[in-house]
Amino acid sequence: MYANAVQELIDELGRLPGIGPKSAQRIAFHLLKLAPEDALRLARSITVAKERVSWCRRCFNIAESAAGGVSPDDPVECEICRDSRRDGTVVCVVEEPRDVVAVEKTREFRGRYHVLQGAISPIDGVGPDKLRIRELLARLDPEGITEVILCTNPNIEGDATALYLSKLLKDLPLQVTRIASGLPVGGDLEYADEVTLGRALEGRRAVGE
Amino acid sequence: MSLYREEAVVLRTHKLGEADRIVVLMTGGRGKVRAVAKGIRKTKSRFGGRLEPPGHVSLLLYEGRNLDVISQAETVDHHRPIREDLDRMTDALALVEAVDQVAQEGETNPPLFKMLTGALRVLGEWDPRPALLVGAFYWKLLALEGVAPVVDGCVRCGAPDTVSFDPVEGGTLCREHRRGTPVEGETLRLIQRILGGQLAAALGEPPGPTVSTVSHLATSTLEAHLERRLRTLHLMREVPGPGLRFTNLA
Repeated sequence: MYANAVQELIDELGRLPGIGPKSAQRIAFHLLKLAPEDALRLARSITVAKERVSWCRRCFNIAESAAGGVSPDDPVECEICRDSRRDGTVVCVVEEPRDVVAVEKTREFRGRYHVLQGAISPIDGVGPDKLRIRELLARLDPEGITEVILCTNPNIEGDATALYLSKLLKDLPLQVTRIASGLPVGGDLEYADEVTLGRALEGRRAVGE
Repeated sequence: MSLYREEAVVLRTHKLGEADRIVVLMTGGRGKVRAVAKGIRKTKSRFGGRLEPPGHVSLLLYEGRNLDVISQAETVDHHRPIREDLDRMTDALALVEAVDQVAQEGETNPPLFKMLTGALRVLGEWDPRPALLVGAFYWKLLALEGVAPVVDGCVRCGAPDTVSFDPVEGGTLCREHRRGTPVEGETLRLIQRILGGQLAAALGEPPGPTVSTVSHLATSTLEAHLERRLRTLHLMREVPGPGLRFTNLA
């Protein structure tokens, strides 16, 4: 129907998550109407991101190498793993790289991370062996880790992952902690569900200490 | 657009768009229902953690064109002990996975709903956790589906003396027709007790080789009936999995 190059662009855009054939067509025509430098800037940022970004060899967060790209023999470390001011004895285990960003925004945590790249979800066929658990275990001893904070989402998959890890780590000489659950700041108590409110009560603390 | 009220158990959820989820529910009055919970992934969502599997909830929904929309949710039982123990959670996920496979949208199935809520209540309340719960639930589920196993004689010829159980045939077989797993009288008696009105007593059986054979046979038979593998038990039963032990990596 369309010229080959245009059809190819529509097909490629249509492969992106959440983009259907109509949206792909609309984006493709938007790109065609753009000034060449704008369209090329987008193309360049995709190329650069693909060349430079890989998984951190230590924590499996997103890591960026210097210009020149990532070579498979020399995987890079992320900024957090490279930062020597970070407390290497505490590791915060999260599901996805975007969770690292969420925790970092709190400015409350100065340790390192480990990204599992998913959570146990048996119904979706994701078992423990599909996560970066083996790599986490391999880090514990050499890095002298003394505390593992289980910072997975407080939903059924995240809870299953945290329970699994706590079972796996319980006999090791380190402290295993789970992030607290509670009420969101600015939320309404009357809308809190029973599990959240129950956990919030359980995790209450003395005021003014 | 009509509103309706339903009690339901959450079977599973899928992410939808930015902050919504599709929630698959087993309802008491409408069978399996797929409904949208808008904004549920936001921290300030009024649904909070109510719509997580295997929560038992009371819902107000309105009918949509394709999917119904959840308007309000109240917890009936949040099964907290299940959420705090990996074995209980695995069992609960195994139950909801099987119900998700068996239940059909638009087909009411009140006995299945009742059976599921009953099983989840037992799983949350009994201490120690009943080792046979998932197996017994699967056998009952097969019976409810109309494919109860034949365990009082050979499924092919009716001979009273049987030596094996074949999940595909759905019953025991005599020496002449034997196929599948060799079984002993004790195993068959336990299955008969589950299906024959002595469920509570059977659930009290302590873990052991007979309980594990009965559970294994139940899983294989349900898988043969559904013509697909049930993932939860296969993925989760070996915790920690071989090769995942710390000592193996040292």
